Amino acid sequence: MTELLMCLILFLPLLSAVLITLVLKRAAGTCGKLAIAAAVASFGFGVLVFAFESQWHGGVLLSVPWIELPGLSVGFGFLVDHLSVLMLLVVGAVGSAIHIYSYEYMRGDAGFSRYFAGLGLFMFSMYGIVVSGNLIQLFIFWELVGLSSYVLIGFWYERGAAADAAKKALITNRIGDFGFLVGILMLWGLTGTVDYDGIKNALSENPGVLGGLSTLTGLLIFCGAVGKSAQFPLHVWLPDAMEGPTPVSALIHAATMVAAGVYMLCRLSFVFLATPAWPEALSWLSAVTAPLVIAWVGGVTALLAALIATQQDDIKRILAYSTLSQLGYMVMAVGMIAPIAAMYHLTMHAFFKALLFMGAGSVIHAIAREQDIWKMGGLRKRMPLTFLVFLAATLALCGVPPFSGFYSKDEILLVAYGQSPGLFVLGMFVAFLTAFYMFRLIMVVFYGKARSAVVDKAHEGSITMTWPMVFLAVLSVVGGLIGVKHYLGAELAHGSVGESQWYLAVFAPFVHAPFIALIGLAAVVLGYISARTMYLGAASDPFPAGRALLARVLRRKLYVDEVYDRLNAVTQEAAAVFADWFDRWIIAGVCVRGAHGTTELTGRMLRLMQSGSLRAYSFWFGFGLVIVILISKSL
Amino acid sequence: MIGLEQYLIVSAVMFGLGLLGLVIRRNVLVMLMSLELMLNAANLALVSFSRFNGDLDGQVFVFFTITVAAAEVAVGLALVIAFFRKRHSAGVDELKSMRL
Amino acid sequence: MYEWLFYIFAGLMLVSGFMVVANPFTRSPVASAMFLVVAIVSMAGLFVMLNAFFLAAVQVIVYAGAVVVMFLFVIMLLNPVERSRRRGWILGVVSALLAPAALVLLLLKAFYALDGGDIAETPVLEGGARELGELLFSAYVLPFEVVSVLLLAAIVGVVVLNKRETE
Repeated sequence: MTELLMCLILFLPLLSAVLITLVLKRAAGTCGKLAIAAAVASFGFGVLVFAFESQWHGGVLLSVPWIELPGLSVGFGFLVDHLSVLMLLVVGAVGSAIHIYSYEYMRGDAGFSRYFAGLGLFMFSMYGIVVSGNLIQLFIFWELVGLSSYVLIGFWYERGAAADAAKKALITNRIGDFGFLVGILMLWGLTGTVDYDGIKNALSENPGVLGGLSTLTGLLIFCGAVGKSAQFPLHVWLPDAMEGPTPVSALIHAATMVAAGVYMLCRLSFVFLATPAWPEALSWLSAVTAPLVIAWVGGVTALLAALIATQQDDIKRILAYSTLSQLGYMVMAVGMIAPIAAMYHLTMHAFFKALLFMGAGSVIHAIAREQDIWKMGGLRKRMPLTFLVFLAATLALCGVPPFSGFYSKDEILLVAYGQSPGLFVLGMFVAFLTAFYMFRLIMVVFYGKARSAVVDKAHEGSITMTWPMVFLAVLSVVGGLIGVKHYLGAELAHGSVGESQWYLAVFAPFVHAPFIALIGLAAVVLGYISARTMYLGAASDPFPAGRALLARVLRRKLYVDEVYDRLNAVTQEAAAVFADWFDRWIIAGVCVRGAHGTTELTGRMLRLMQSGSLRAYSFWFGFGLVIVILISKSL
Repeated sequence: MIGLEQYLIVSAVMFGLGLLGLVIRRNVLVMLMSLELMLNAANLALVSFSRFNGDLDGQVFVFFTITVAAAEVAVGLALVIAFFRKRHSAGVDELKSMRL
Repeated sequence: MYEWLFYIFAGLMLVSGFMVVANPFTRSPVASAMFLVVAIVSMAGLFVMLNAFFLAAVQVIVYAGAVVVMFLFVIMLLNPVERSRRRGWILGVVSALLAPAALVLLLLKAFYALDGGDIAETPVLEGGARELGELLFSAYVLPFEVVSVLLLAAIVGVVVLNKRETE
């Protein structure tokens, strides 16, 4: 039965996408309803799988042999365990909410049905990543997710910025995915299998099976996550991806797809348990291990993104950098071999960040697609429900108990405290920055006076927009208390995790690590106070006064894009010059003219022998005979 | 004492003579005769091999060679006649119209 | 006796062969044709000494009787006159000698090293019409038939080549 359910979960969204594209394209309303039905049904089936846990015992179900070659056997199956079921539920819940929300948000758009086809394709691919039981299947869906992301970022393709952003996302992901693919090949080459279980067994039998390539393999696998989860230095595509419709940003570029990198790292966390080693020539790097690099890349991403977020004016970009920052947290947790903490935060983040985007979308929708926060203001009165859910999500993101984010972030900081003081301090500082930029957003958007005429006419969206937000708001509030961590613990824990009552769970962090919980809370309060004093009632951003240089650097996103542009220009110029030289001299000169010249020269030389004189021919015949005899004698 | 090598040496010299004629003479008819000499040299070698190997196959081969040589001479002479009708010469140096 | 006969026939053959290709007295093709007859008949003598009686007869009949006659006919028909010699003839002959001389030297060197044994001590192999005929019509019947096709082709070719265009 579970097999059937999994099939339905995976293929219903695809079916709806195919039907919409091929049959129903003209009937926009039907398309929307069909897509919503498919998404909700998938989610429902996901809940069923979750509820009937006794029907499955973990492992790959319905594995169909797909590629059978000597030394390579790839199946297509459904991996069902706590990790994938949790992810199914997250994707299903957020996805369904977004589908319903989009029905109102995208109403009247010329590409309405195309939009829902894209969402369907995305849901299919995302489910595919979640249920993959081997690296090849994972990589295929990984690329499919990238494709649907490309389609949806460039949804308003007639806008140059959107088309460019889509291209940027695709190309940046290519870089990461290339490394990922090489990593997959290395894992396959070294362990002889692409199945998770096979690799896991190989590693547990002999942690040194990866030999000198173990650190390199880990880093290459991590490359995939760097691209997909937008870690520094490949983070540049995510803020630009906000050119897509806001629900897409909420679903793909906040809650699910960008989390796929983290999910993959958690799935493959056993790879990072291999004995770290470098090839002989690189042994001077022996102090660097893959988990260390991952943790610090995550930490640096979290810090830089949070810094940049403090000086952005576009409401969606602020949220995008916030997403980056939170992804940094998760990657940091993976790097510290705490996949539970990472997945925990991933789940919570999916709820509250999707909610934040939906709230932002609700605001944007209400005030005629205006995204500049300095043109908003005073929306608290006009859109009370949106304000409330946005506030709840913000509190969750900042980590205020008993909202969900507090518990997951506390978990990560707890791990960091135990493993690396540097990362712990960094994490605390990021927590402070998070509270600062989020309350800056709230102060500017929802408090103060309306800064433009259109804001005065703003009003809440219809019920299809508000109810999905309320649904996610509930999840954001109670997410930390419903036992996600324990659900995961059974799967991923390297030790046992005890059961506890929900009312105890509220205070649990204060009980077993009060110091960290209190410091975290203090950072949040500090961030809130500084944001409030600086931004409450401000007409324009007071921050640059006296800190012009810092403000400009942050506003320009640390000039990373500019550096990349310059680098691209230089490399392209060099490559072009080389290609030109190569074409001119090697291809045209040596190959083309050389072949022609050699033939012509040989022809001209041979033509001299064609004197037309029979006697000369017979002379050469005799001469040739002598040579042939000489050669055959010497052989 | 006469052995295989004496016959072969005679045959080789004969072949060389034929080749020499082919190279130095301009008259097509004489060149054809030189060709005959070369063929005959080969025939002599074949027959002596046959004799010293105790095997008649070589002689059968010579029989065929003679037949082919006769046919070749017939065709060759016909060509000479056709050529002569066009150019009124039997000099091989005239045969250069195929040259580029 | 055998040796003497061999040297006589071989010498006669080589000398007349030389006269065919490079007669120092005349450039007339008729002389060449006549010396060709001598060379061929001497070779027939050598064939006889090798016990190839049938081939010796065929040699005389086909070459002396048919081929040389054909040559003479053509010479008579065309009456070709050799043009005046070109300049640099000596140099030409010397350079032209190179290839045949090298070939002959090479072959001679190879054959001198050979030891085929005395002909008197090797078993006699009769090459009469009967023996050859048996072989021709048993083991070599296919080449035999193919040769007949070749002769037919030669006949047709000759006729086509020399047929006068009718107005």
